[in-house]
Amino acid sequence: MTLTHDDWSAIRLSLQLAILTTLLLLLLGTPLAWWLARTGSRWKSPIATLIAMPIVLPPTVLGFYLLLLLGANGPLGRLTQALGLGLLPFTFPGLLLASMLYSLPFVVQPVQNAFEAIGAGPLDAAATLRAGPWDRFVHVALPLARPGLLTGAVLVFAHTIGEFGIVLMIGGNIPERTRVVSVLIYNHVEALEYGPAQALAALLVGFTFVALLALHMLGRRKATDR
Amino acid sequence: MSGAIEARLRQQLGTFELSVDLQWPDSGVTVLFGPSGCGKTTLLRCVAGLQRAQGRLVVGGETWQDDAQGVFVPPHRRPIGYVFQDANLFPHLDVRRNLEFGLRRTPPAMRRIGWEQALQLLGIGELLGRLPGGLSGGERQRVAMARALLCSPRLLLMDEPLAALDAPRKKEILPYLERLHRELTLPVLYVSHAADEVARLADHLVVMAAGRALASGPIGAILARLDLPIRLGDEAGVVLQGKVGARDDFWHLARIELDAGSLWVRDAGLAPGAAARVRVLARDVSIACREPVGSSISNILPAVVEDFGDDEHPALVLVRLRCGSQSLLARLTRRSRHELELVPGMAVLAQIKAVALLS
Repeated sequence: MTLTHDDWSAIRLSLQLAILTTLLLLLLGTPLAWWLARTGSRWKSPIATLIAMPIVLPPTVLGFYLLLLLGANGPLGRLTQALGLGLLPFTFPGLLLASMLYSLPFVVQPVQNAFEAIGAGPLDAAATLRAGPWDRFVHVALPLARPGLLTGAVLVFAHTIGEFGIVLMIGGNIPERTRVVSVLIYNHVEALEYGPAQALAALLVGFTFVALLALHMLGRRKATDR
Repeated sequence: MSGAIEARLRQQLGTFELSVDLQWPDSGVTVLFGPSGCGKTTLLRCVAGLQRAQGRLVVGGETWQDDAQGVFVPPHRRPIGYVFQDANLFPHLDVRRNLEFGLRRTPPAMRRIGWEQALQLLGIGELLGRLPGGLSGGERQRVAMARALLCSPRLLLMDEPLAALDAPRKKEILPYLERLHRELTLPVLYVSHAADEVARLADHLVVMAAGRALASGPIGAILARLDLPIRLGDEAGVVLQGKVGARDDFWHLARIELDAGSLWVRDAGLAPGAAARVRVLARDVSIACREPVGSSISNILPAVVEDFGDDEHPALVLVRLRCGSQSLLARLTRRSRHELELVPGMAVLAQIKAVALLS
């Protein structure tokens, strides 16, 4: 079974989406996790709950609300149009935004746990060794939270490769632009093309196995480091 | 390195209140002494800036905190070294990189303690490539001390650095601490609840209880106070400071010169001229009005009776004696005091049965 041009383009799109989602979420989710791990603010619980909601909500619900918000008559849709960005639904940027929202808890929670596990000790020690707040974050907190960051990255990447519901709601099924592997499998099955569906499905199964195996091995390395 | 450290700090933590108004010398070793939970670590953390109380903190003329003027120097800008109770080494860095952490962040112009000096002082040259996880508790604490010293602090803060160690490890570290004390002119603020550490290390003593400072002064004077609950290992006693004088090789004794006389102690190999510190417990001191004849006690110092205090048993009394510039405590029965007709101001002889050389 060889893969067609459409299959390859869906695979490329899936990878592109997963890589961008992972990088952007690490960039945004890490400061958020740091804040959640250190704050005594009364906003901590409501915000942590909001971030966790995509874990529980069906992706279609999330996608549906995003569609309304980002649509031509939605408040965010009006904003993006006013900014000259046009409408985001059924575009790659829209898909990226939805993916990030959907996977946010998968980076924030492990990273927050990792930051909390460091405790005050090493950071206090760094402060008395003349390291300022930013210096402490970069040279003490981040290296010590490395296992959490790796877990978060692997989870987001794998999760994004496999998402379906939210992609369909916000991205649709447009070849070369929003048709990712999971959607393509659905198309193949709908058209009773079980062969190509199986090839792509097997690819996803293999990929997921490798990703989870990597995660497991990183976890074990972390355990023996201590 | 002269002047004083002044701390007027107050902090409410739930039902606990820290409230101190203290001054101690900006030199030598000052020990914050008291039971667990008395606020001594909180005070130390406030001096470091790791915790913020309300008030004012001035170290040798530099203001580190003054809420009235809105001044609060953050911990990383205070020229301190801090040794934590559990070392707090960075687990992801080997010993060398732990040591370099503070050194690299100290401007070269401020460096006074060199790499070799710190390694040699704490005997950790062999450990450089190891990770903290593979070190013993004592090794970890020595690395933590070297790491703090390599910041070239002007004030070294130590939070019960020996508390997490077992007795043999403690014995291994104490000589390093005494060496630090001898070889570096670095003021130290040291938190402890262990009387033996106080006796060996303290020059100045702050006694704390329930968030307050009960007393603050030179160790000799504080230990001789009759109104404080401080005991050297369950016993009332004092620490005397002097110099090693002559050594008697035949009898294996060394003479410790005090300003009021001298004491013979077992020779521990200290060089003549070296500073020495001896502990004298109240139960080992008796009082005579005349030079005794045919006594086995050879350590006799002229003294003046100063004051009396209650001891734990109603039959006993503690007597404070002035001995040159230092003080002694003697424990007598009340009957002996009556028979000798001791009154303040009376000149007597203090007979000292046992003296422990501390360093």
